[in-house]
Amino acid sequence: MTQIAPLPFYTRAQQAIADPNLQTALDRATGRMVVARKQAIAAIADGEAARDHARAVRAHTIANLGQYLDQFVEQATAAGVHVHFAADADAATQLVVDIARRHEVRRIVKGKSMVSEEIELNHALEGAGMRVVETDLGEYVIQLDKDVPSHIIAPIIHKTKEQVAETFRRELHATDADVADIAQMTAFARGRLRAEFLAADMGISGVNFGVAESGSLCLVENEGNGRLSTTMPRLHVALMGIERLVPTAADLAVALRVLARSGTGQALTVYTNVITGPRRPGDPDGPSEVHVVLVDNGRSQMLRTELEEILYCIRCGACLNVCPVYQEIGGHAYGSVYQGPVGAVYTPGAFGMGPWADLPQASSLCGACKEACPVRIDIPRMLLALRARAEEGGHTPRWVGRGLRAFRLVATRPRLFRWASTVALRLSRWLGPTGFDRLPGPLAGWTRYRHFPPMARETFTARRRRLDRRQERP
Amino acid sequence: MSDSSRVPAGRPTRVQLLVTCLVDHFAPDTAEAVVRVLQQQGLEVVVPPDQTCCGQPACNAGARPDAIAMAKHTIALLERDPAPIVVPSGSCTDMLVHQAPALLADDPAWAARASAVAARTYEFTQLLVDVLGVTSVPCDRTGTLAYHACCHGLRGVGIDAQPRQLLAHVPGATVLPLPEDDTCCGFGGLFAVKLPDISGAMLDRKCRQITASGADTIVVTDVSCAMHMQGGLHRQGRPVRVQHIAEILGGMA
Repeated sequence: MTQIAPLPFYTRAQQAIADPNLQTALDRATGRMVVARKQAIAAIADGEAARDHARAVRAHTIANLGQYLDQFVEQATAAGVHVHFAADADAATQLVVDIARRHEVRRIVKGKSMVSEEIELNHALEGAGMRVVETDLGEYVIQLDKDVPSHIIAPIIHKTKEQVAETFRRELHATDADVADIAQMTAFARGRLRAEFLAADMGISGVNFGVAESGSLCLVENEGNGRLSTTMPRLHVALMGIERLVPTAADLAVALRVLARSGTGQALTVYTNVITGPRRPGDPDGPSEVHVVLVDNGRSQMLRTELEEILYCIRCGACLNVCPVYQEIGGHAYGSVYQGPVGAVYTPGAFGMGPWADLPQASSLCGACKEACPVRIDIPRMLLALRARAEEGGHTPRWVGRGLRAFRLVATRPRLFRWASTVALRLSRWLGPTGFDRLPGPLAGWTRYRHFPPMARETFTARRRRLDRRQERP
Repeated sequence: MSDSSRVPAGRPTRVQLLVTCLVDHFAPDTAEAVVRVLQQQGLEVVVPPDQTCCGQPACNAGARPDAIAMAKHTIALLERDPAPIVVPSGSCTDMLVHQAPALLADDPAWAARASAVAARTYEFTQLLVDVLGVTSVPCDRTGTLAYHACCHGLRGVGIDAQPRQLLAHVPGATVLPLPEDDTCCGFGGLFAVKLPDISGAMLDRKCRQITASGADTIVVTDVSCAMHMQGGLHRQGRPVRVQHIAEILGGMA
């Protein structure tokens, strides 16, 4: 269904921490984006109110999703769009392959779409003998490298510019002049991609927001590749998660107001495309046929559950940038198309606990994600809910559950707790009067990086009891 | 996220101290300092008996039945006395104020009891500044201090201005800025032992920022974070102390 890297989460995280190139790239990029977001939100006088407003729009939409989906389908159809519904990834890829086959498509250009990553669309199209070219610069590099994105809005955040230069040399025979600096590399890729746009007979895009009242598709982007992908080829197929709706154009404005500010720190992206149906008579350009594939793929199973709030997400990536765990391990360690805090909830929520039970554990619950989220999604609350599911489903190491059960038995019996406390203090003072540099069992993880302090000679409460007894005596 | 709406009508004359199990077993001096500072403000401080653990570690691990059992025990022992509750920990305050009522939401009787306790529970600096209106505490601490905002206190309970104000008024000390002072140190409870390499990488970054600050003491509102940062600094041979703010205000060396 979605990519799962061959190694378990924790091993991938360890490798990421030990990778100096990745660490350099992450420090540069996340640091820059964190500052940019704060400044962009602070720059609008009602920044906090704008977030509340955007949250209210998303909450209302998700609470009434069925109604808005019906309206969207009706309006999009009326505007001349062919609307399809796919229950899962296989159904979605099959729909797109069938549309392409029906139109005898050979060459496809593709704008950035997380849903297409989620359903592994390129793989299916290439299997059907079609040429697919990613046209978002980051995604283009990913495709050349046979890599996968590591950030929902900055797919090559894990690469340094030196690594990209190397890819262009190796895969596209770029000269030293072509890769002299970032501007040169961009111009070089632009030249290559222009030829692809001109030759393509089908364009694929994602959708940032579907507008229910008009059946419009809104796509935001900075490179113009999204506009070219959706206007140059004769056929446009858009992939859209079923939750990505807003009721009205006014609501779209509310969401756009916080989206780019939270993602890249821009007031607005360079291009904001709103597409309502195919080319009309008299239009100078545009596709003659537009399809929208509404993809469920695990989304609806989160509705009316304690994970429903994750569907409010507008995919800005702010929670990834501020997450101290993401900053250390990057996106690939998560193994999912959706990384970082939002991915740690979304991935097991939509795709099941099975292979993803580790992700909700990958958080210190510091709350930076919730603080940064433009629609104030309570990610820590849902991480806890998923940890409870993991605990109940036997997806966590046994010592954790057993240890906590034993601790609870003691902690709910004050006399036993006092006795155990005295024993623990004496034992630890005897074994490690100055603390511990190395401990066995689960605590070995602690002492790998930290000294473990000595316990107190006497607890505060024991001392109090002792002094009280002395006072009571005549 | 400020909890100023929870401030009681009159100035309390008496508070009960929820010591927290970590302070009790690893940092009893912190609890002594809390008592000293509050008594200095004219408060009577009582220590309710039978305190164990509020259940926060179990809650964070997703062990809901265990967390509920420990939360109920703690709520019951705090109900015996109507006095406001003071907690020298942002994490345990967050547990009592937000997590316990959420865990018990499906049990109306217990949910009401949890909410009633939550409504009169305050983190230590919150009690001083928001409830008592105290922003300056007489103490004779000298040296260079830097403040690290512990996550659950900052984002769970809304503690930030309170400790910073109190530190700014320590006459003999200089307060220095700590880069990334609101970034997690990597503790996260069981996170530190379940995923030690990730936690260790976060800690390493924190230790570098602490060194860069040039402060001789890092001041926090949670001894758990203090243990974590102190443990890392000790391992790396960096001579910086991490102390709970009560020890600074209580004038402890």
